[in-house]
Amino acid sequence: MTGAPAMLSVNGIEVIYNHVILVLKGVSLIVREGGIVALLGANGAGKTTTLRAVSNLLKAERGEVTKGYIEYLGERIERLTPADLVKRGVVQVMEGRHCFAHLTVEENLLTGAYTRSGAETREGLERVYQYFPRLKERRGSQSGYTSGGEQQMTAIGRALMARPRMILLDEPSMGLAPQLVEEIFEIVKELNAKEKVSFLLAEQNTNIALRYAGYGYILENGRVVMDGEGAALAQNEDVKEFYLGFSAGGRKSFRDVKSYRRRKRWL
Amino acid sequence: MRKNWPVLALGAALLVGLALPLATGASSLGFYIEVLLGGLMTGVLYSLVALGFALIFKASGVFNFAQGAMVLFAALAVARLAEAVPLWLAIVLATAIMVALAWVIERVVLRPLVNQEGVTLLMATLGVTYFLDGFGQTVWGSDIYKIDLGIAKEPVMILEKLFEGGILVNKEDFLVAMVAAGLVAGLTLFFQKTATGRALRAVADDHQAAQSVGIPLNHIWVIIWSVAGFVALVAGVIWGSQLGVQFSLAQVALKALPVVILGGFTSIAGAIVGGLIIGVGEKMAEVFLGPVLVKAFDLAGGGIENWFAYVLALLFLLVRPEGLFGEKHIDRV
Ligand SMILES: Nc1ncnc2c1ncn2[C@@H]1O[C@H](COP(=O)(O)OP(=O)(O)OP(=O)(O)O)[C@@H](O)[C@H]1O
Ligand SMILES: [Mg+2]
Repeated sequence: MTGAPAMLSVNGIEVIYNHVILVLKGVSLIVREGGIVALLGANGAGKTTTLRAVSNLLKAERGEVTKGYIEYLGERIERLTPADLVKRGVVQVMEGRHCFAHLTVEENLLTGAYTRSGAETREGLERVYQYFPRLKERRGSQSGYTSGGEQQMTAIGRALMARPRMILLDEPSMGLAPQLVEEIFEIVKELNAKEKVSFLLAEQNTNIALRYAGYGYILENGRVVMDGEGAALAQNEDVKEFYLGFSAGGRKSFRDVKSYRRRKRWL
Repeated sequence: MRKNWPVLALGAALLVGLALPLATGASSLGFYIEVLLGGLMTGVLYSLVALGFALIFKASGVFNFAQGAMVLFAALAVARLAEAVPLWLAIVLATAIMVALAWVIERVVLRPLVNQEGVTLLMATLGVTYFLDGFGQTVWGSDIYKIDLGIAKEPVMILEKLFEGGILVNKEDFLVAMVAAGLVAGLTLFFQKTATGRALRAVADDHQAAQSVGIPLNHIWVIIWSVAGFVALVAGVIWGSQLGVQFSLAQVALKALPVVILGGFTSIAGAIVGGLIIGVGEKMAEVFLGPVLVKAFDLAGGGIENWFAYVLALLFLLVRPEGLFGEKHIDRV
């Protein structure tokens, strides 16, 4: 995917919460048209914050981009509202699913089409049910009572209803059984291939993310400490040791590894 | 199910209180029904105010102290405009004013304060309350104004054959009940069947998720405050036509607070049922319990109507803080 033009570029952004807590300290990344890009890192590394900065859901958390800039299809997007971005084709699927618990599965999906016309909505619903037949079975159930897997599918389906060109997918594997995680990632791959949706995918589950992602970035303490092709990252000794769990000595930080020459290409 | 008995006990006590006047023969059936109907009528008005309150709380988590002031403001607008133009036009214009007010409140109060503590927002609505009370007088004046719905106010006797002396009802009350029922039905349809209504429910469930799928919170707030403003207007017009439009309307409308405590803050059904319970309860207590208390304790009597709702709400807070229809929290991750 190296040849495709950059669809989204994040350029050295700093993010501060509550005017004081500096969380991202210069993060840069690129998602190319048609790509699946993984954003990896441990708890609190800043993955969710990065996605929020792009989708502009940051303001609702009292966060702010104080340095750097973000471009989507050549346009600066830091000042747009989340709704503006959805209209332009960027939708975030939030960590922890966040389905509307008191709405039915189908109503949840329909809310995703708020920015779309009636005809597009009907057609979109058909398409979502094609990808997630299980949701069709459960369409009348209150979302709050569906299983975790079904909720993840509802959340992704709801995002699809907006006809996105890019989905910011935050920890889809969270709390799901391995088999279901596999199923979800297969669907991501399918959506990427057939619907031409590009993905920026935040994951702690490095193993599975690198199997599906063409490119990956590893975040640590609000900085990109490493990036590369998915396959190359999966083969990297340090990544194996720290993120794929091949080491016996428990997790350490890249910072502790003197021999590792950190790449900071954007700083 | 485990801690239901205090609620049941309270409910039973209320029911017994309701039945006692008849059971003891303290009242004739005809008079009893008249009092009951009177209570229901007041209750409908409480329900309307509480409804606006619950809508705003549900959609924006704001405890809108200003709902009563909105009732007064809307009623004043209708009353004064109706002096110059026909009543229907006055109502249309006043509705437009309430929508504009919703827009201003969103711009000036909600948007800058979004994500602040609940207390901050409550203080802000207190500010809005006093502003509206004062501003209403500045614009519309501070006398007592009339709203004439053009319906005969003379009570009619019905069911004379069934009861000795018949039952006194008035046509206007009947109309009011119909309007209130129509409004509730309309709102329910709006919430359940339209895309905007669905978006409103989505926002009520999860602000952030709603934003993430492209529902603009600001629009939703303007819509919900407009709807609340319109409901306030309906309540204000009805009340105003019965009592005259005057400052005390805002105070009476504050009875919506005990009503929403009773019904549950986020529940539309709760607002309606709560309003009816309190309307009937206080009227019954005033008419039947009052004299008994006076006799038994040699009190001055009267005034029960003023505190009954608050005492009931307090009791409810003790036994069932989430209210009768408080939203069931779905916790499943
Ligand atoms: N709303 C907030 N206010 C203040 N600090 C925050 C807020 N949200 C996140 N943080 C802090 O920012 C840092 C990065 O958090 P973030 O949620 O982006 O991490 P993450 O990589 O997504 O972690 P996880 O894998 O646990 O989801 C953390 O230290 C966190 O405590
Ligand atoms: Mg996260």
